[in-house]
Amino acid sequence: MGHSIWQSMQQKGYSRRDFLQFCAAAATVAGLGQTGVAQVVSAFDKKEKPAVVWLHFQECTCCSESFIRASHPIVLDVLLDVLDLNYTETLMAPSGFQAEKSLSDTIEKNKGKYIVLVEGAVPTHDEGVYCMIGGKTAESILQTVTRDAAAVVAWGSCACNGCIQAAKPNPTGATPIYKLIDKPVINVPGCPPIADVMMGVVTHLLVLGTPPALDSQNRPQEFYGRRVHDTCYRRPNYDAGLFVESWDDEGARKGYCLYKMGCKGPVTYNACSVTKWNDGVSYPIQSGHNCIGCPEAGFWDNGPFYQHLASFPGFGVESTADTVGAVVGVATLAGVAAHAVVTNIRKRKVIAEVHAEDEKKES
Amino acid sequence: MSTHGIGVKDAFQPNGDQPIEYRRVYVWELPVRVYHWINAVALVLLCVTGYLIGAPIRAFYAAEAYQQYWFGWVRFIHFLAAFVYVFNFLARLYWGFVGNRYSSWRAFFPLKPAQRQEIVDVVKADVLETKMHGPISTGHNALAGVIYFGTFLAFVFQSITGFALYSSMSNSWLPRMFTWVVPLMGGEFGVRFWHHTFLWFFVVFVIVHVYLAFYHDYIEGRGTVSSIIGGWKFDRVEKQKRGK
Repeated sequence: MGHSIWQSMQQKGYSRRDFLQFCAAAATVAGLGQTGVAQVVSAFDKKEKPAVVWLHFQECTCCSESFIRASHPIVLDVLLDVLDLNYTETLMAPSGFQAEKSLSDTIEKNKGKYIVLVEGAVPTHDEGVYCMIGGKTAESILQTVTRDAAAVVAWGSCACNGCIQAAKPNPTGATPIYKLIDKPVINVPGCPPIADVMMGVVTHLLVLGTPPALDSQNRPQEFYGRRVHDTCYRRPNYDAGLFVESWDDEGARKGYCLYKMGCKGPVTYNACSVTKWNDGVSYPIQSGHNCIGCPEAGFWDNGPFYQHLASFPGFGVESTADTVGAVVGVATLAGVAAHAVVTNIRKRKVIAEVHAEDEKKES
Repeated sequence: MSTHGIGVKDAFQPNGDQPIEYRRVYVWELPVRVYHWINAVALVLLCVTGYLIGAPIRAFYAAEAYQQYWFGWVRFIHFLAAFVYVFNFLARLYWGFVGNRYSSWRAFFPLKPAQRQEIVDVVKADVLETKMHGPISTGHNALAGVIYFGTFLAFVFQSITGFALYSSMSNSWLPRMFTWVVPLMGGEFGVRFWHHTFLWFFVVFVIVHVYLAFYHDYIEGRGTVSSIIGGWKFDRVEKQKRGK
């Protein structure tokens, strides 16, 4: 406690050169660029490293798994080392009462200064009994811990939009964090979010003490500003109209666009096609699979994954708006045709009537 | 017998000394007709390209992406037609305030009891093929007016959702005005779903509209279909009026 990042690095035997390298890497990850390096150096030189609390609620821990696989090991190492990550169920040494004590101590001693990272949605049905830790409901823990937090980050789609727990019919009433607390929440959606994106957001918070520029859904603009589609390397195939028609056809082998296979890239905001995953190795579309739109709210209900259009509600799994529309269109045509037939059958009578009426008026 | 050729009236009006008189009425002014046909062409283009964007057909010729751009063209035509369609629609809204009484905005709201009676009459005439009680309106009949108003709402919905979808690929101020729609409909997937579903409203509208135009041309016998080309319709001159 009370050490700056530079001080704790010195204690571990890092040189000033290592420190500056780390600062440059951190500036890059945070999206600050070359001009931001000086800012990072001064922040890590002097600022006390903030205490961090990582809460886990209804989730699968894939966000944590993603986080510890960040591609910049020096950043990761140092951040995990120097962060006062005082409470995180999956990575911390203490357990039971000791663990809970470390949580309450952290928020007590660092009032208004600590950062809360939340992984997972919070169940609200039946007084929140579906997720309890140490005898307390997820919601009460969330409220207590975030009350005096300097910043709150929602990790992953669970915390940002409910993800699979909130999919219909949402039996536990899984609710995203931003709906439960009054504080602004930085949403970092994805299932899981990209490790480098998570790292970037945390670094930004550490360096500048302020959240990065956010969009209308409170997602960091630098990572969620563009669609997967916009930067996809298969985009030329889309514009050319070259589409994969089935998973094993020639188009799939040639790497054509997966649009018709239900790729959600055109409606998904994420940095996958830019940063890629696992140290820039690949991302779903590059590996031949369509984007399933995991950072988008309600993506589980926008299914099926391998269909371009959603199923039309109330008409079975396979019927899209096009099926329903075509049926309605054909029914309309049939109705109109039947009407025309009836009109023609009655034609003689109608014409005679009209003429008779005219005659009557004239006479 | 009249001397100017053989007509239906000669056959059915033995005393044919006094032919029925029709008065020419200039109903659809040029801007209204131009609006109608630009709208028709744009709408058909939008429906066809919109359907193709949702369900692209297999490329006829498939080699490398740099050799062709057909899906890009389909989307370009869709966006181009959409801009034409929206500004054309705005021009029509303006004309609803400055045009003649047949194109006035008042024709689209059944505020008068007579208009409501006409709606019932026209529904009966269209569905049950009964005869109308009174003379049918010279411009839009009251039912058509209400349905066109509903169609205007669908126009607006389709324009808003369309621009909302377009806003993600544009920095221009017009589409950017509609970014708020996206979170409202639960992300772009939802917007696309509703935008696509409403395509079918327009398909059904076109079928019914074209058929009813033909049908009313037949039952009213006053040049309904030709009026949207030339602007003129025919009103029967009542006997007392021409008695003088």
